[in-house]
Amino acid sequence: MPRIVVDVMPKPEILDPQGKAIVGALPRLGFTSFSAVRQGKRFELTVDGEVTDAVLAQAREAAETLLSNPVIEDVVNVEVVEA
Amino acid sequence: MTELPLIGEAAAAPSAGSPDTSRLAGAKIGVITFPGTLDDRDAARAVRLAGATPVALWHADTSLGDVDAVVIPGGFSYGDYLRAGAIARFAPLMSRIIDAANSDAKLPVLGICNGFQILTESHLLPGSMIKNDHLKFMCRDQVLRVENNNTHWTSDYAAGQEITVPLKNQDGQYIADEKTLDALEAEGRVVFRYVGFNPNGSRRDIAGISNTAGNVVGLMPHPEHAVEVGYGPESLDGIGGSDTDGLGFFTSVLNKIVGDAK
Repeated sequence: MPRIVVDVMPKPEILDPQGKAIVGALPRLGFTSFSAVRQGKRFELTVDGEVTDAVLAQAREAAETLLSNPVIEDVVNVEVVEA
Repeated sequence: MTELPLIGEAAAAPSAGSPDTSRLAGAKIGVITFPGTLDDRDAARAVRLAGATPVALWHADTSLGDVDAVVIPGGFSYGDYLRAGAIARFAPLMSRIIDAANSDAKLPVLGICNGFQILTESHLLPGSMIKNDHLKFMCRDQVLRVENNNTHWTSDYAAGQEITVPLKNQDGQYIADEKTLDALEAEGRVVFRYVGFNPNGSRRDIAGISNTAGNVVGLMPHPEHAVEVGYGPESLDGIGGSDTDGLGFFTSVLNKIVGDAK
């Protein structure tokens, strides 16, 4: 069954405390090549049937209303992935 | 809602400027419970200590009944899944609360902690809360300054008064863009600021804000945990204030309700 993947990231100007904690931990494990980390969210919406334009539009609307908060987050990607 | 007998009832009675107590018990203040709400009992108790009648509301209710005000208490509605308050915001009763708060009747609404997060997710209040800058859950007694005593929930305080109430949260860092922050300041809608120590990295030390009309107030710290002598911040570590600094929220809204009913 096809899935729609929605990726949500904290807005660039918003401090991402989780990303900051991760970037602090990386060098302690020997990963020294990374200067910044930002942590986002990935949602996978399973569709029973075909992904029509209407279904995709619904996914985009859900991404903007429920899956993300536009005050602090951006929807950076909405794409269809076949199972 | 079953409650234990009140302790320290006499000592917790509102001080100067308190409304005619015989009229108060008729005032009904709803306290909404979501799956994962923790502080509904304490909020109902605070309502009763202030002299009003608490009314238990369930998130799936479709009517607010005849309540005169609503408290959205703290906790972890829906386990804070997705974002704190994000799922609770779409509960059936929240639609009624949003409509009533924006109506001409201007239903007084107080959001505490998770309730504040629900109010920002509902767009009744601007901005949002993200994880504390130090990433830890924090529980402490916190001094706040009352920056605006003209809201429905703060009129029993003096402008600039410092109060001490418990603070306990993980996602307490208030953020908004600079334009929104400037507008909040210019319109006097920063209602509470952290004093002495910013416990979570909140922009401009903001602990609580209001909407334009002042009927909707949200804050991260917990006034409902500072309403009874012997059970408040002063008893624990004596950092100032009194055990009952939080009671003013509830007596303020009662004054407003009783005053409007005259």
